[in-house]
Amino acid sequence: MKSKTMKGSRAARPGNSVLGKGAATAFLSPSLIFIGIFLLIPAFWTLYLGLTDYKLVGIEALNPSFVGIDNFTKALNDPQFLSSLKLTIIYVLGSAIFGQALLGFILAWVLNELSPRIRNIVELIVIFAWIVPGSVVAFLWFAFFNNEEGTLNAILGVNIDWLLDYPMLSIIIFNIWRGTAFSMLLFSAAIASIPKSHIEVARVAGASKMQQLRNIVLPSARSYILTNLLLITLWTFNDFGPYLLTGGGPGGETQILPIFIYDSALRYLDFGYGSAIAAIMLFLNLVISLIVLRMSRKGKK
Amino acid sequence: MSFVSIEKITKVFPGGVRALDELDLEIKDGEFFALLGPSGCGKTTLLRTLGGLESSTSGTISFEGKDVTFLTPGARNIAMVFQDYALYPHMNVLENISYPLKVRKFSKEEINKRVTQASEALSIQMLLDRKPGQISGGQQQRVAVARAMACTPSLYLFDEPLSNLDARLRLEARTFLKQLQRELGVTTILVTHDQSEALALADRMAVMDKGRIKQVGSPAEFFHKPANIFVASFIGSTPMNLLDGLVNDGKVVIGSMTFDIPEHASTARTGDQVVFGVRPEYVSLVSGPGSGIASGVVKVTENLGTHYLVTADCNGILVRGTAPDGSEPAMGDTVHLKPEPGRSLLYNKTSEDLY
Ligand SMILES: Nc1ncnc2c1ncn2[C@@H]1O[C@H](COP(=O)(O)OP(=O)(O)OP(=O)(O)O)[C@@H](O)[C@H]1O
Ligand SMILES: [Mg+2]
Repeated sequence: MKSKTMKGSRAARPGNSVLGKGAATAFLSPSLIFIGIFLLIPAFWTLYLGLTDYKLVGIEALNPSFVGIDNFTKALNDPQFLSSLKLTIIYVLGSAIFGQALLGFILAWVLNELSPRIRNIVELIVIFAWIVPGSVVAFLWFAFFNNEEGTLNAILGVNIDWLLDYPMLSIIIFNIWRGTAFSMLLFSAAIASIPKSHIEVARVAGASKMQQLRNIVLPSARSYILTNLLLITLWTFNDFGPYLLTGGGPGGETQILPIFIYDSALRYLDFGYGSAIAAIMLFLNLVISLIVLRMSRKGKK
Repeated sequence: MSFVSIEKITKVFPGGVRALDELDLEIKDGEFFALLGPSGCGKTTLLRTLGGLESSTSGTISFEGKDVTFLTPGARNIAMVFQDYALYPHMNVLENISYPLKVRKFSKEEINKRVTQASEALSIQMLLDRKPGQISGGQQQRVAVARAMACTPSLYLFDEPLSNLDARLRLEARTFLKQLQRELGVTTILVTHDQSEALALADRMAVMDKGRIKQVGSPAEFFHKPANIFVASFIGSTPMNLLDGLVNDGKVVIGSMTFDIPEHASTARTGDQVVFGVRPEYVSLVSGPGSGIASGVVKVTENLGTHYLVTADCNGILVRGTAPDGSEPAMGDTVHLKPEPGRSLLYNKTSEDLY
């Protein structure tokens, strides 16, 4: 006890903060309690439900029985689940990685070259696009893609039913539009945080814009890029937004995992199966997070 | 032969700040040139314009007679050392030093040779595989200089590279910069805030104010013959005596004191408003009053190490002189201060220039 107080008086040693342990716990406990109630309990509840044959209606609704890993083995052999997983991967790669992240970086890089005033105006517009509620955005895009009087067809002078003929492309474009702002703002901050002199050393050496980007900007922005990739991958992976546009159709062509879960649990009322898939998603989220965290830690060394 | 030639360079920043104002300057081949001036006078802007990082509003810059005004920084064959060193945190020391060489597409062997050479010259060869975050400020500065040196450019631009070092390291770094420059013989322009640094290092130097050059010359010229009142008050470790007076009948009259007109000021005429200047170092204590001697009461004495700076109130005019350590007067004593003949300077009060 005595040695502890002595250590505590030596300021700011890691793990030995100014606050006592008791006070720190007291400060943390409200958020810990909320995290417990609203995140951990539902997560474990989902896991538990996944191990039962719980249904929303019928006999099993009253008296669900424990079925072990049946739901999980069913999922891994369910072609509909596997195709949904594939669609989700396409959706994440297309709209998050190549869409939001790449486009966001290019926008941030180009804006950085423009005058501050233009940069501010563009950023303002982009933020505005970002804060519009998802359902409103979905409605706007519904109108944009519409077959009969859609804006896109009017612009291109064609008559295509985008949501029917190119459903995956449509929801990818929709999600790129909705999420690029975030990546762009994050990358803008990353680029702005690079000291001007770092770029200037490269300029004096005669480095081209591409070399500056590759040798200095990207490595300097590494941790921002990884954080961004982690966040948008998880968001897109768990995104239910496309349901508002296509409802998962046509013919399951846009039935990404969140929609598949929704359909299983709430349309076909098989809560046990839906929960099992949700648990699989949870696991995949965990894997993605671990990979990215691993990568960012490696960079620091 | 002049290596760098700057003609009527003007730089107006968006927003209207006139950082360089029709500035002319010639820098000779192989010269170590120091640029001094108060904060905000345009030193960094001049250096960056020379480096091509800032485009001038008007005027021309040429290197070795070749117009480079519109060349990109990379095409000017220069190397810059920035005040913050600008080392890349994600590269180790070796990669940092070789980066400009890689960009310039030197061969592997050539890069290795040059990095070894530069790092040995700066005694940082044992740090090559460390990251900038793992070495001291002084070592970082050496790495930054090594990176510039390895390029063997035709012009070095240094923007206060020593200002982040502590006093002792700074003296060391100063000596070694000078040696290095002597050995390489590369024309070097150094921006500094520290006059003693400029006096110690430079073959020639310039003092700037408000985007213009106020004087160019050797450090000795600056110390002994500041060309105008601005430079006189700017240069020197102790502030120069600058006393307002009037020329009358071959003498300078300052209040109740009279001094001989300095030799260089033969054009001064009776009735001219003048400023009489003399460094405290050249004003000594004498035993009694007389012509050309300022008598007054000691207000402050300051210990400068080997001698004392004595400030005396001579009928309302403050005059500073020096007394050797051990024979300094006490506060309130009456002293008699005599400027050394031949060391006084006379400035025209209206034009502010030396006669
Ligand atoms: N990018 C810029 N935009 C607008 N004004 C600028 C810019 N850079 C510098 N200035 C202005 O130009 C003038 C000269 O600046 P500069 O940085 O060249 O001064 P300096 O002599 O290097 O000063 P210091 O000794 O403090 O480094 C200052 O008034 C400064 O405010
Ligand atoms: Mg400066």
